[in-house]
Amino acid sequence: MSATTPVEPSQHARHDVEAQPRRGRHQDRAARTPRHIGLGWWALPGVAVVLALVYLPTVMGGFYAFTDWKGIGGWHWVGLENFRKIFQDEELLGSLRNTVLLAVGFVVLTNVFGLLLALALNRGLKTRYLLRTLVFMPVVLAPIAVSYVWSFMFAFDGPLNQALAWAHLDGLQRDWLADPTLAKLCVLTVMVWQNIGFVMVIYLAGLASVPVDLEEAAALDGAGKFNRLVHVILPSIRPAVGIATTLMLIQGLRVFDQIMALTGGGPSGATQTLATEIYQQTIVFGKFGFGAALALLLSVLILVASGLQQAATRDRDRPAKGA
Amino acid sequence: MFRYTKRTLVLEIFTILVALVLLTPFWILIVTSLKSGQDILTTPAFAPPKSPTLDNFKTLLSPSGTASDQIVSGLKSSAIITAGSIIGLVVFGSVTAYGLVRGKSRWTTRSYFLFLIAIILPTQLGVLPLYVEARKLGLVGSEIGMIIIYTGVLLPLSVFLYAGFFRTLPPEYEEAARIDGASPVQTFVRVVFPLMAPATGTVSILAGLIVWNDFFTPLIFLNGTDKQTLPVVMYNFVGALVSQWNLIFAIVLISMVPILAFYVIAQKKFIQGFSGGIKT
Repeated sequence: MSATTPVEPSQHARHDVEAQPRRGRHQDRAARTPRHIGLGWWALPGVAVVLALVYLPTVMGGFYAFTDWKGIGGWHWVGLENFRKIFQDEELLGSLRNTVLLAVGFVVLTNVFGLLLALALNRGLKTRYLLRTLVFMPVVLAPIAVSYVWSFMFAFDGPLNQALAWAHLDGLQRDWLADPTLAKLCVLTVMVWQNIGFVMVIYLAGLASVPVDLEEAAALDGAGKFNRLVHVILPSIRPAVGIATTLMLIQGLRVFDQIMALTGGGPSGATQTLATEIYQQTIVFGKFGFGAALALLLSVLILVASGLQQAATRDRDRPAKGA
Repeated sequence: MFRYTKRTLVLEIFTILVALVLLTPFWILIVTSLKSGQDILTTPAFAPPKSPTLDNFKTLLSPSGTASDQIVSGLKSSAIITAGSIIGLVVFGSVTAYGLVRGKSRWTTRSYFLFLIAIILPTQLGVLPLYVEARKLGLVGSEIGMIIIYTGVLLPLSVFLYAGFFRTLPPEYEEAARIDGASPVQTFVRVVFPLMAPATGTVSILAGLIVWNDFFTPLIFLNGTDKQTLPVVMYNFVGALVSQWNLIFAIVLISMVPILAFYVIAQKKFIQGFSGGIKT
């Protein structure tokens, strides 16, 4: 449900383990008094809520993926039948492909532009605070509202085609959202546009921890701008890279609102993703078991992708000190 | 080394231009919402309206029109559900995180991981059984049902943020309160919770934005009922308004104004909230 989860759990999990011995000292003194032990019970209602509203439904959803459940009444165990159908359906395979392609494009573009803007607005520029505020602004808005603004931008008589005509590039005018390939790029554009500011802010927080002396030392040693970026700055902001790429990957794989607003999955299914298919199969067609199979597929995709992501960006030399 | 040189000026101008290009959609949004249906056809999309008018907003919001009922009730539902979810997440999140951080037993440590894992657990899989169970309990199409669902689903995020803050709180405050004879509940309400104001701010902003902007959950749980939130009202409206962009943009702008107003007031806090995952 949350499109924006500004956290990176495992970093903190490791941090937590590190912090154990320190906490242990207070423990010796305080934890033996009964009152302190009693505080653990305060967490019980919260634990019950999460078990009931997150874990139980997720396990149930995973179970229904192997049934022909319609949402009402009985169900039959159908084994892997739902998954067999998914992998034989051209449109559903297309939606799987779209999901992966959009997510990859989204991660790469948001991170490249976000990092460039963060580097430009890190220090030096006089207008940096104002520009940061403005670039971040789209992040706080509803993706569906933002998408409607863009669907006018891409309309046939809309601003984009008008700008092309003004620049005497009439030959490039298109019905952007009606072309299967261009429609995907339009969706990607809107996703990227809205989240550049988010990634920028994560990188700015990372850059704030890079010591100025380190950069100056590298500059004195004759390192150019590019070398300083690759050998000094990027290694120091590794935790930020990990967080930004993981968050964008998860968000990209779940894309839903933008597609509902821009194309509705069309033209003829060309921009369907797993999330829009799940909605259609279950809420529109009432095939809950089948939709659950798609949801399980998406969940596995998200878990595997974020796991790989973690493994790829983890700092191998130092155990997560910057986190 | 970081003197303001000519190259810095060039970079500054270039960055400002990039920002202006990025902000173009906002310009289009505002000028279009101020145009009459006639203006839309005759003026270029980038041009300001020839005769700026608030007619679009009047059409949508005037009490005699059919649209205003839906928009006003959408605003009301969105506000109630967002406020209720924030209260639920602050109360449950702070108490749960406090128990997890200060309670020293093996199961509190394990439970903390339960919340961490729940943050990355994709919601799409659980939302379907949740919908069917909520339907059985009569919670579909009601504001209280949405508040319960958001409180449950976003609780891991709230607990995670609060726990991060509680860890940095020295236990001396609580020990002092205890020596003064305060009960654990009094200590929490009068001493600990007020000290956690920054955490409460972060949780409120993030949870508020997620709930206010969410489209997927209310589309499933509220579509077709009279409790639809603003994004769903907008979705149904745009479907009915085929290409009347001036009206569509007026409703889009109405939906953005509350958030933008908060953003202008507390932009530092918003940005800190989003980058809070790195700085602990």
